Amino acid sequence: MSVRVPLPRWVDVALLPILNVVLAFLIGGLIVLSVGQNPLEAVGYMIYGAFGYGSGFGYTLYYTTDFIFAGLAVSLAFHAGMFNIGPEGQAYVAGLGVIIVALLLNGLHWALMFPLMITAGGLFGAFWAFIPGYLQAKRGSHIVITTILFNFIAISLMGYVITKILKPAGVDSDESAPIQAISRVPQLREFFALFKNSPVNLTFLLAIVALFFVYWLVWRTKFGYAMRTLGRNPTAARYAGISSSRMIMTTMALSGALAAMVAVNNVGGVQGRLILNFVAGAGFVGVAVAFMGKAHPVGVALASLLFGALYQGGQELAFSMPGITREMIVTIQALVILFTGAMGDMLRIPLEKLFARWQRTAGGG
Amino acid sequence: MMQYFNDLVLIFDSTVRLAVPLILACLAGLYSERSGIVDIGLEGKLLGAAFAAAAMAAVSGSPWLGLLAGIGVALCMSAIHGIASINLKGDQTISGVALNFLAAGLTTFLGQSWFHRGGFTPQLSADQRFNPITLPFAEQLKDVPIIGEIYWELISGHNILTYVAFIAVPVTAFVLFKTRFGLRLRAVGENPKALDTAGMSVSWLRYQALIITAVLVGIGGTYLSIAQSAGFNNNMSAGRGYIALAALIFAKWKPWPALLVCLLFGFLDAMQFRLQGIKFPVIGEVPVQAIQALPYVLTIILLAGFIGRAVAPKASGIPYTKER
Repeated sequence: MSVRVPLPRWVDVALLPILNVVLAFLIGGLIVLSVGQNPLEAVGYMIYGAFGYGSGFGYTLYYTTDFIFAGLAVSLAFHAGMFNIGPEGQAYVAGLGVIIVALLLNGLHWALMFPLMITAGGLFGAFWAFIPGYLQAKRGSHIVITTILFNFIAISLMGYVITKILKPAGVDSDESAPIQAISRVPQLREFFALFKNSPVNLTFLLAIVALFFVYWLVWRTKFGYAMRTLGRNPTAARYAGISSSRMIMTTMALSGALAAMVAVNNVGGVQGRLILNFVAGAGFVGVAVAFMGKAHPVGVALASLLFGALYQGGQELAFSMPGITREMIVTIQALVILFTGAMGDMLRIPLEKLFARWQRTAGGG
Repeated sequence: MMQYFNDLVLIFDSTVRLAVPLILACLAGLYSERSGIVDIGLEGKLLGAAFAAAAMAAVSGSPWLGLLAGIGVALCMSAIHGIASINLKGDQTISGVALNFLAAGLTTFLGQSWFHRGGFTPQLSADQRFNPITLPFAEQLKDVPIIGEIYWELISGHNILTYVAFIAVPVTAFVLFKTRFGLRLRAVGENPKALDTAGMSVSWLRYQALIITAVLVGIGGTYLSIAQSAGFNNNMSAGRGYIALAALIFAKWKPWPALLVCLLFGFLDAMQFRLQGIKFPVIGEVPVQAIQALPYVLTIILLAGFIGRAVAPKASGIPYTKER
């Protein structure tokens, strides 16, 4: 009677996530409606703001870059059965790595500086994720709790480093000294006039590479196979001779290194300096992106583009409709996590029943 | 000598004030985690309750209606958490994370739409808030050295929610360890199957725990916005929900240790302002950020098992599925 018939693959992979996201947006629309604003008008402004003109589209891609990295970071850990809520802190600490090489070698041509920033930032981010990984693997501390705590420790640590050490004398705002123009990651507008004055830079291409890299790593290598085995069935992984503690630590370090690229985008590419709280929630968006994209690079790319459009469109929206603040996007983000992550079964069960009945009538008739 | 004593009393006084929301949120988390539901969403519930309480108090003029609204919002959020993690057997951590974002987004969005003050609610007047209560004889005993001073500064002169928080500790200890409900609550978090076999509803017990959680954390949020402050401002919970969660782990899911740990974290918070600019021998000036991070660092050291071991209720975080 209550035997659950598995859904067809296309429903599981495409229809269900889309329905969940639509549901999140419908509820978001109802909330907008409840404060007396027109949600359709809002959507119109957002689409125009995100895709309607060159620099708007550039901003969309700039946000998308951040979200791809953060989303991949969460996804990668997820395949190994871990929930890394720490990309926010990992990206923040990675900013330190980026600024250290950038200021030490200030003036170096960007073609040399870019890989150095990636390496240094990646190492710092990996380190910040490795410690929770180590604590989980060797001491049994729960990764969710430790990564949350490490986000807070990162805020304190970086607050101290930026305001007390990196801030040059005579500067009012809380930021480091600037990186020289020649050392910064070049903006895409230097190659494509279309992007006008938007901050999308070469890191965007790095994000595309990262998408392919994660796909290759997770589904095409022995390491990825071991990782997925551990995530699906730790007992089976142990019998297969996979060292879970080594997998956990390596995966977390890789995850942190992916999150770190948010810092390369921001510190090395856009701001050209390390600014207090520069991550500004991008790491947390990664959590929503990973769930919505079902931890698959294609899904992560699409979800990142959606959230990139929401963030940029939200900016436009706040100008055009003062009754709506940008925080509406955080609400949408929450609803997406809720419906695609925690309440994924809410639509799945009725869909399963529907398809079971449909199959029965099709088979019987 | 007397100067140091006065200072100490004042520090303890602010310790108490800062510890109240932690105590309430920590006990709230205790009920839910003891029943086997992980609640990362405490932070969001604190924030949501704080906003609802301030908004309601501003509109209606009554702090008591504010309190009701605060608890009401926490109940709604608990209901979402319950549906996701009890009925739909979803991931409790993800649900909690979603609730935190939901509160962060909605409070700012609704605050701006309703009050147009950049996320702040209107400033509350004295009669719209919970005000300090002077306990009997505090006035008369004020001048008695030491004892009178402690009574006047430290024990008397808090608002009613503070006293509720401190009474909630022994009540929780009693309920948890001396009543049938408490026994069942602890059992459902350790071995839900045993209760199911005995004919009790695992889901209902867990929902009951979530209701108590919501009431306590709702009071905590209310305290933030209409007792400690005179209105809501953006993200005013500022990580207290997470600190409470850390305190809960630190206290090994026990009520009395929870009180002590929350007081310790409150004390660290109170010292933050005091220690600014003071130079110590040997170590020199202690950065504010070091003290801010201390509760988190301590919790990590504890979690890593370097000072005793924190073992969560066994069934915590695992949805219960009846056999078919």
